[in-house]
Amino acid sequence: MKSSTRNPNPNPDTPRFGPSKLMVAFRFLRALTLVHRTAPNSSNAARSRRIQRAAFASMAYSAGPRRAWSRALLWRLHFHRARRLCAGRSRAAGVPRRPSTTRSPADELRRLVPGGTGMDYCSLLEETADYIRCLSEQVKLMQSVVDSGGPRGR
Amino acid sequence: MSSRRSRISEEEIAELLSKLQSLLPEARRRGTSRASSAKLLKETCNYIKSLHREVDDLSDRLSEMMATMDMDSAQAEIIRSLFRP
Repeated sequence: MKSSTRNPNPNPDTPRFGPSKLMVAFRFLRALTLVHRTAPNSSNAARSRRIQRAAFASMAYSAGPRRAWSRALLWRLHFHRARRLCAGRSRAAGVPRRPSTTRSPADELRRLVPGGTGMDYCSLLEETADYIRCLSEQVKLMQSVVDSGGPRGR
Repeated sequence: MSSRRSRISEEEIAELLSKLQSLLPEARRRGTSRASSAKLLKETCNYIKSLHREVDDLSDRLSEMMATMDMDSAQAEIIRSLFRP
């Protein structure tokens, strides 16, 4: 049975995150540095949205084009970026909208997983599993950044 | 594509569903037996929504932290922690 608590690594010699997870981590940290450097005077809300975008971007870039959800996220991020440059809207790109609750569970899942609408049931289940894995890793990563970066930790 | 779909068996779907179930945290697995795929899908949706919320909250916290912290030393500490077992 898979545990969702910390330290999935039984071997103490291997780093906490595997090589591809390190890639996500470095990508995300680099994005954070960029946000910090380029938006020192912006509001917490605006910075928070940029950080959220950076989180989904690092996930999607690291998963690459091999997955429908990452392709959908990458497309969304680029599309929204182009629109933002023109229209100056401030909605966080790449973040799925909240769905209504009147749909069937499978349809609701399709709305939550990027690229899910119109997907057949089997592909949806596979994509969901991969998306959940990457999303929960991203959460763990962000949590460890918070833990390390705070003055007294958590 | 549609010919492939007709060859996909109940077994494969059951396997995919059980893989999904194993990804849910233990607290969410209650009542999501194989017999009720609707329940499992619902729990999966709830789990994804809660993960999105966590990303949201953590982004807020990171944003607040960023205003006050010394980015360079924090980065060094973060990278060290990534390599810690």
